[in-house]
Amino acid sequence: MIINLWAGIILASLAVYSWKIIGFLVPSSVLNRPIVSRTAALLTVALLSALLGIQGFTENSSFVIDARLPALAVGAILLFLRVPFIVMVIAAAATAALWRLFFG
Amino acid sequence: MAKSALISTSMGVGLATGLYGISFGALSVASGLDVLQTQVLSLLMFSGGSQFAFIGVIAASGIGGVGVGAAIVSAWLLGIRNGFYAVRMAPILNRIGLAKLLPALLTIDESTAVAAAQADEGDQKKGFWYTGLAVFVFWNIATLIGAFLGDAIGDPKAWGLDAAAAAAFLGLIWPRLVERQSLAVAAIAMVIAVSLTPALPAGVPVLVAGAVAIAFGALNLLAVKVK
Repeated sequence: MIINLWAGIILASLAVYSWKIIGFLVPSSVLNRPIVSRTAALLTVALLSALLGIQGFTENSSFVIDARLPALAVGAILLFLRVPFIVMVIAAAATAALWRLFFG
Repeated sequence: MAKSALISTSMGVGLATGLYGISFGALSVASGLDVLQTQVLSLLMFSGGSQFAFIGVIAASGIGGVGVGAAIVSAWLLGIRNGFYAVRMAPILNRIGLAKLLPALLTIDESTAVAAAQADEGDQKKGFWYTGLAVFVFWNIATLIGAFLGDAIGDPKAWGLDAAAAAAFLGLIWPRLVERQSLAVAAIAMVIAVSLTPALPAGVPVLVAGAVAIAFGALNLLAVKVK
């Protein structure tokens, strides 16, 4: 099914908002069960990790290792050193940009 | 906490979050959204993880095929934790009827975290509102600046913006990798998503990885046993 980008933006925004308003409306006993909170936490980890893999190691639907790998290594070291998010992101971008400048 | 200390904490959190809104704005434009579309995401969706997921799937898939649909579902699923924050905040904020609509929008990682760090209920309520509003304002201003910057710089790869997008996901997942179960799920999800990418329409591998996480959560696989 092809969805127009504008419609997608509005639908996705409403979909994300739906969780927030549901949390205000439902009794806390429903969402506070361990299986529900554990599954939600793992779902978040899995989606972020999947997106990291695709953004970091694929291009045009194939597996690619390029300047993004050293960039992510720099990012991981800076996260380990508890550097602020924005500094880490800029350092990763700079690493990839310089890598491409020098190694093509 | 004194009111002034609470305000300065909230402003600090807002400013820090706002700074990374600049990277969101630039990356969103690089993935094919225009400045207005990028801004609407920050105004209405207002949840960093979901926004990065939405533009990440669009960047990988384009806007044809199942791309936009997969982007919607990815953003939606990543927003689930906000529902749990709302459950925690609802009794503290104590709002009735339509008065729940605005605090629901502001229910995100940062506003809940600052509220949770306060000792008494009055400060928790103030911490939520100050931080939620500060982050909303800074995040949206930063998104606009980032979107214009992203529009101006030309080839995103030459500036390493594709690596910046990957690093943003790394930064979002980093604090969540706290024990064996989440590490295992993260590793499996990444392998599944990357290896299915050549075979399935873009966006779909992310959802398959999410389904595996649901199985792990429901069956509590690889959890550390409590003695």
